[in-house]
Amino acid sequence: MSEAQISEALQELAAHIEMKRPNDVLSSRIAFGELTLEVVASHIADFSDFLRVDAGCRFSSLVDITAVDHPTRERRFDVVYHFLSMYQNHRIRIKIAVGEQDMVPSLVDVYPSANWFEREVFDMFGILFSGHPDLRRILTDYGFRGHPLRKDFPTTGYTEVRYDEAQKRVVYEPVNLVQEYRQFDFMSPWEGAQYVLPGDDKAGAPRKSAEGGK
Amino acid sequence: MDGDIRKNTYDDGSTDFETGEQKIRNFNINFGPQHPAAHGVLRLVLELDGEIVERCDPHIGLLHRGTEKLMESRTYLQNLPYFDRLDYVAPMNQEHAWCLAIERLTGTVVPRRASLIRVLYSEIGRVLNHLLNVTTQAMDVGALTPPLWGFEEREKLMVFYERACGARLHAAYFRPGGVHVDLPDRLVEDIDQWAVEFPRVLDDIDTLLTENRIFKQRNADIGIVTEEDILTWGYSGVMVRGSGLAWDLRRSQPYECYDEFDFKIPIGKNGDCYDRYLCRMQEMRESTSIIRQACAKLRVEKGDVLARGKITPPKRGEMKTSMEALIHHFKLYTEGFHVPAGEVYASVEAPKGEFGVYLMADGTNKPYRAKIRAPGFLHLQSMDYICKGHQLADVSAIIGTMDVVFGEIDR
Repeated sequence: MSEAQISEALQELAAHIEMKRPNDVLSSRIAFGELTLEVVASHIADFSDFLRVDAGCRFSSLVDITAVDHPTRERRFDVVYHFLSMYQNHRIRIKIAVGEQDMVPSLVDVYPSANWFEREVFDMFGILFSGHPDLRRILTDYGFRGHPLRKDFPTTGYTEVRYDEAQKRVVYEPVNLVQEYRQFDFMSPWEGAQYVLPGDDKAGAPRKSAEGGK
Repeated sequence: MDGDIRKNTYDDGSTDFETGEQKIRNFNINFGPQHPAAHGVLRLVLELDGEIVERCDPHIGLLHRGTEKLMESRTYLQNLPYFDRLDYVAPMNQEHAWCLAIERLTGTVVPRRASLIRVLYSEIGRVLNHLLNVTTQAMDVGALTPPLWGFEEREKLMVFYERACGARLHAAYFRPGGVHVDLPDRLVEDIDQWAVEFPRVLDDIDTLLTENRIFKQRNADIGIVTEEDILTWGYSGVMVRGSGLAWDLRRSQPYECYDEFDFKIPIGKNGDCYDRYLCRMQEMRESTSIIRQACAKLRVEKGDVLARGKITPPKRGEMKTSMEALIHHFKLYTEGFHVPAGEVYASVEAPKGEFGVYLMADGTNKPYRAKIRAPGFLHLQSMDYICKGHQLADVSAIIGTMDVVFGEIDR
């Protein structure tokens, strides 16, 4: 299929979904040959069930659940779902915006494969899923604190482990870096700098020599 | 549940005889994290009733390195080698997904020769993976010789990796816009020669395993996956094809130039471990045929292997004479290239299943968020469902057939 055909098929799909579920879909867009729908957060479980059963969609398998953190936004998280239909051979991306305190309805009843994905999102971002049978941490250490993929979590973390020869066991300690964590700013100063460059502060100031000198 | 006193009833109506002081409860064991059949650092908490698995709780994350977090503070090019370290059994297939994601966001068209090289090395990766999986799975169920034979071939393929990019394992060979360096003609000939000889080795492994009584007893009718299971658990790759669904991203959603290759998609009938083994064997044969086709095309197709532009380095020769090229090279390897804002999900048919990257770019030189979707994550998730009611000894056969590698599951 060519690019145009793909985008036409996706437009049809988007129109179909929006017609069937007008209360759920907030917006839809097609970019890079992919259809993205923004959906009301509280309807997600119901909506994904519709995607699974509806004959025009048949999104039979859940591909992925993840989240994106936008700390400046009021509802800071985007939970992103990817679905695939092996029968119709198309994909869809669903996004919902979630605040830090919000509970997201779990998809485990609709797609049992959501189980670990939701555990991972909980582990990494601290988003809670209501109705999840077993919302434990999954990837981080036993007894880990914090949610690493939030933008305000430092890449170095807060604790480090090492084997203590004297105590004959692994001990946890606050991070102590022998060298500062190297976070280079490679952006070109004339394009990407977010700060005022030395000398630039004079640019707006009135020139003294222009009138006073004459 | 664990600790409960259980009273079993049998077919003839009799029940367990129980004395006053007798207490029968299920037995919990840890399978791994150091068990050789756990294929890495997997800890399974198994609840056993005799030898029957009642519950299986996989604990993962023992190899978690925070790849996704690290990627947010590195440039697109610096992130590429992380993909080698995910599924380290077939490194280049992972890089491929990352390159595809960037290329789609930047709208880069890969030169044809680079595209062919990518297909060639993706298929070498598939053979690498299946050789390891088939033979070590055989080892998990009691055969010792297959790994020795399989690894000999893997060694040859590793040498092909090394001759292409200088590294046996962590290749960093696929780059956004093409591949890092061109292949010498000798190497293409050698790969072709290997592909001619390889089917004989496969036949040898075939004679060791396919009709082997013990191997069949351990694999046939074990870990049966139905079409329903595939959908509920989100399987991909051989886990799908072993159950009779001809689902292969190379065919159904072609990427790179797979649409011009002639290959078949082997499928199983029963969806058990044995069928998946047969699928993998047959896929290796198909991959060998793709490798030969790619070699034939590479002999004719000459030209550049990188789409020269903002996201790729200039030619070495140009840098000697052109100041702009020199500046471009310096900027590319320090600041890196900028990817226009947008989000994309790129997936490839990795040997283990659908490997995908969800990339969210914000227009700077670093990804705002990159999510790695590993096929093994979903496969391992269904361990409890698949293993329930199987014997303890079958657990290792099932882990083997699911083809899990913890580099990609734990990330």
